[in-house]
Amino acid sequence: MTTEAERNPPAPTPTPPRPPRRPLPGLGAFRQTGRLFALAAAVTRAVFKRPFQLREFIEQFWFIASVTILPAALVSIPFGAVIALQVGSLTQQLGAQSFTGGASVLAVIQQASPLIVALLIAGAGGSAICADLGSRTIREELDAMEVMGVSPVQRLVVPRVLATMFVAVLLNGMVSVVGTLGGYFFNVIMQGGTPGAYLSSFSALAQLPDLYVSEIKALIFGFIAGIVAAYRGLHPRGGPKGVGDAVNQSVVITFLLLFFVNMVLTGIYLQIVPPKGG
Amino acid sequence: MGIEVVVEGLTKSFGKQNIWQDVTLTLPAGEVSVMLGPSGTGKTVFLKSLIGLLKPERGRVLINGVDMVSSPERDIYETRKVFGLMFQDGALFGSMSLFDNIAFPLREHTRKKESEIRRIVMERVDMVGLLGAEEKLPGEISGGMRKRAGLARALVLDPQIILCDEPDSGLDPVRTAFISQLLIDLNAQIDATMLIVTHNLDIASTVPDNMGMLFRRNLVTFGPREVLLTSEEPVVAQFLSGRREGPIGMSEEKDAATLAMEQLNSPQEYESSPRRIPAQLEPSPGLPARQAVLRRKLRVMAMLDQLPPSARRAIENGMAPTQEATP
Repeated sequence: MTTEAERNPPAPTPTPPRPPRRPLPGLGAFRQTGRLFALAAAVTRAVFKRPFQLREFIEQFWFIASVTILPAALVSIPFGAVIALQVGSLTQQLGAQSFTGGASVLAVIQQASPLIVALLIAGAGGSAICADLGSRTIREELDAMEVMGVSPVQRLVVPRVLATMFVAVLLNGMVSVVGTLGGYFFNVIMQGGTPGAYLSSFSALAQLPDLYVSEIKALIFGFIAGIVAAYRGLHPRGGPKGVGDAVNQSVVITFLLLFFVNMVLTGIYLQIVPPKGG
Repeated sequence: MGIEVVVEGLTKSFGKQNIWQDVTLTLPAGEVSVMLGPSGTGKTVFLKSLIGLLKPERGRVLINGVDMVSSPERDIYETRKVFGLMFQDGALFGSMSLFDNIAFPLREHTRKKESEIRRIVMERVDMVGLLGAEEKLPGEISGGMRKRAGLARALVLDPQIILCDEPDSGLDPVRTAFISQLLIDLNAQIDATMLIVTHNLDIASTVPDNMGMLFRRNLVTFGPREVLLTSEEPVVAQFLSGRREGPIGMSEEKDAATLAMEQLNSPQEYESSPRRIPAQLEPSPGLPARQAVLRRKLRVMAMLDQLPPSARRAIENGMAPTQEATP
């Protein structure tokens, strides 16, 4: 046994408090970014670690699917219609009505569909995940879990991130179909386009890689939404109000990241996959 | 038998604020220790540092050769399985019933059958006196019950090190006495190393084998209970008698001027009367004797020469009439 032999703790010397040095502007953002990537790496590693939390995964999958399916379908119909109307009116002025189908379908499948999916996953699923994890963190539940030797990342975050990814992929398929049907309906019925021209231009311009890239985008967007929500949920600042702020931030950060990543992915796709019509 | 916990030179700060520095102590295997300290001296932070939830900047916490501060994450997770930590407010999972909460560590770490899990959990539930409440949710029970459920969950894996964060806060004196007895009985049954963080004087004076006190960012002292209970250290004396006169103020510590004024005005009779050392709790009848008592006796006798005279007297007085202490 070692006894701390400091019998008389020294009186605190009255040093004048130095003004706290201002941190470099932007340093905090780098730190947050680093931690976000660290969590992404930790989650990726933990995906392959046994035991897999199948039950938690199914529960989360079902929950996220149930809150996103209906809004996604309802959003995708008018969205497909707007694109069809806009593109239709433009092509009419250019005298290229016969290509309306292909153009609007490509826009829906490649851009609109993954983004609609991602916004809904982040807005409906991600906010719920963030609020859930955040309130558990401030109630010390996650600390308790860690103390019991269970990693919260493996036990809670991995099933949620996988759930957002898979729901995003499946939802993306549904939104593509519904959006395309909506576009077809509006072009053929409202604008007097011919069904044959719509379908033939579609098969002339669209190709399978368009669908692949759409699904890959959805997968990546789902991952980002899940990671950002979990990250903000694991580090809320302060009490219950901090959880509210964290939810807010998680949705905003996810949106910002999504549009940026979407731009990058689209750029890469256009570079490496030759267009079919060209 | 419990595991020894060795803490060396531990220092923790949050940002610029230093919580405590250079804390060095050893929790002897299988013995019960108490860490005292006024509110806000970082007792809970100390507990969380022992288990690796918070990372101190300097120092080591050695358990079975694993340093809970800087070892690889995997070793730390593995070592945590020998711990049971009772959180201040239970930290139960709000979405699970008490039964599922207490069964959680068993389901995560063992491959036991559901019937066996049920048996073990009900045994622990009975031990902490929660029979009949096991299907309730944590939100539906009182704070004291949550605390006891948290203790049951901490015990379910038969830990070798048990950490209790303020087991008495929010409990009435009778329940506090029961918790004290429960902790001693537990130690007799499973011989685990225990550390209790508290500022309750009843628990501090009757439960532990060893006591320490944190004050002013330092470990004031740590040693056999007699050392602290007979200590003339102003901080310790003030804390143990619960009076206003002394170095501890409302906000952490007093400044020199207030202290000098107090000394002018206050009568000095406090110093003259030596404090009586209450007898330590014995395990309930029917339980085995605590093995830690014998080990501690040998250990304390070996270090007797280095202890202050008043503590030595108290130990020598305490050794002879151990039978007398039990009614």
